[in-house]
Amino acid sequence: MSLVRNPKALAGMIILAFFVLIAIIGPWIAPYNPSKVGPDSLQPPSPAHWLGTTNTGQDILSQLIVGTQGVMVVGLVAGILATIISVIVGVTSGFLGGLGDEVLSLISNVFLVIPALPLIIIIAGLLPSAGGLTIALVIALTGWAWGARVLRAQTLSLRNRDFVEAARANGEPMWRIIFFEIMPNLTAVIASGFIGTVIFAILSEVTLAFIGVTSISTWNWGTVLFWAQSSQALVQGAWWWFVPAGLCIAAVGTSLTLINFGIDEFVNPRLRNTAASAGILRRKKIRARIGFTPVYRGEASAKKGMS
Amino acid sequence: MRFLLRRMGFYLFTAWAAITLNFFIPRLLPGDPVQSLINKYHGRLSTDAIDSLRVLFGLNTHTTVWQDYLTYWGNLLHGDFGISFTYFPTPVAEVMVQSLPWTLMLVGISTILGFVLGTLAGVGLGWRRGTWLDSLLPVANFFSAIPYFWLGLIAIAIFGVALPIFPASGGYDGGLLPSFSLEFIGSAIYHAALPALTIVLSSVAGWILGMRNMMVTVSSEDYVTVAQAKGLPERRVMFGYAARNAVLPSISGFALSLGFIVGGTLVTEMVFSYPGIGYVLFQAIGSKDYPLMQGVFLIITLSVLVANMVADFAYAFLDPRTRQEA
Repeated sequence: MSLVRNPKALAGMIILAFFVLIAIIGPWIAPYNPSKVGPDSLQPPSPAHWLGTTNTGQDILSQLIVGTQGVMVVGLVAGILATIISVIVGVTSGFLGGLGDEVLSLISNVFLVIPALPLIIIIAGLLPSAGGLTIALVIALTGWAWGARVLRAQTLSLRNRDFVEAARANGEPMWRIIFFEIMPNLTAVIASGFIGTVIFAILSEVTLAFIGVTSISTWNWGTVLFWAQSSQALVQGAWWWFVPAGLCIAAVGTSLTLINFGIDEFVNPRLRNTAASAGILRRKKIRARIGFTPVYRGEASAKKGMS
Repeated sequence: MRFLLRRMGFYLFTAWAAITLNFFIPRLLPGDPVQSLINKYHGRLSTDAIDSLRVLFGLNTHTTVWQDYLTYWGNLLHGDFGISFTYFPTPVAEVMVQSLPWTLMLVGISTILGFVLGTLAGVGLGWRRGTWLDSLLPVANFFSAIPYFWLGLIAIAIFGVALPIFPASGGYDGGLLPSFSLEFIGSAIYHAALPALTIVLSSVAGWILGMRNMMVTVSSEDYVTVAQAKGLPERRVMFGYAARNAVLPSISGFALSLGFIVGGTLVTEMVFSYPGIGYVLFQAIGSKDYPLMQGVFLIITLSVLVANMVADFAYAFLDPRTRQEA
């Protein structure tokens, strides 16, 4: 697939694969039990504790490694659930048109405008015990609307294309038109919506854990930051306690955004050519002017110049 | 005009939906939160508060859901959001009136600043695509993936603790009383600098990336080529032809992502113990203060709706097509 050949997407996938691997094997490779209280309190990074210790002597590296699983599982589950909802709502509303479309897009617009985080907070705060999967469910219920909106627009534009008309004229049943004619053309949009939702889910989950809405007994990166903040790590200058967790979040977020850029460039050739040929243009001392989409078709056409 | 009326209708509907959601959420969730609260407070809750809680959670068995719903609306219209436990016996409405101006100033100014700066930078990056400026994109990308609150923690660690240039928490100097004196306003601005910087830095990257991609797409349009061919000054083509059209998705995106940004800024307030609505929400979470949490949710949603409406007016002003739709 040409997505793998896109350097941005490839870089993103490598970073993501690393964290997925940690999520799977984390519990076995963590050097210490993350909750185990030890004698070395608030130690900076050392050979024994690569990322230092907390004020109760817990090993921070172990907390991060073990916590990866929680972050990844919630991101994945919430992403899958939200994508399913958004595909159902978006494709149906784009394909049906009429009153059904009006109602469905009204609902998704309402969910888009209502601020999600406060809504998640009041739901999660009322639940007796908010574990990982519950949180994933709540995040999915509040985070599907963006994908549905994009999918609806895309379906609308596909609905009256010739190939769909032809399928309809051939008397294909509606489910076949939706699943075999329209859906394959939505793959890229669905994929990028899924990745966007996973980013949203991970950020929300970590934020919820950080402000103490969710259960603080299971480890994830937000829990690490929660304890760092409530134990005054900032004032004590214990940077090793809060910096690595944030870098992990940013790394996963960046990797997902990079994959999404790859998909964007895959779908929109203008962006792709800009990105791919920027270096070539610079070497050839050609300044990209407005009105022209630089196209690079291998060395042969590059010698002839840019169209 | 018709466009704006339709949007107004939509916002009224959304407000109704949010208020109704707020009413039903506690009723749909399992468990008896009131009993657990009474236990938690060991009899420190007055009977008044317990009664209002029972009404809030729909545990008042003498009435139907419909009657409860009407009472709820009646209370809301009188500005009665119940009584907060955290700030007992202050009503929720009063707590929010005190904290809302802080949030409006901080979040309002820094969100708009982030949007304007990010859009301008995006215009520049999109126009000069394929130059060294493109190497700024991965940096923007990285910043857009950082959670707001973590950037806040880093800002405190660097500028509040390591090099104590800015105060690390609070909204004003503890020795001052809130007033409109020059000294107080100065202190408020000084305390707001670090949280505002955090919000601008976290939100700016998203706008840069979105605007840059739209500029790349728009600047290949024929009307931009024609404007360039006519020999108009480059600045005019860039802002008057390309940017003016490229900014439209950003503005509708601004309206739609406001809910997300506001969520992030609330957490920023929590990190900085800034006396705004986010910090109130933080304390409400800590003490399971449901009336306050729900009041905060409503007030945030309504503010976001108003901001969305303003963005729609701006959109209608910039894009004549929406005005001629009728």
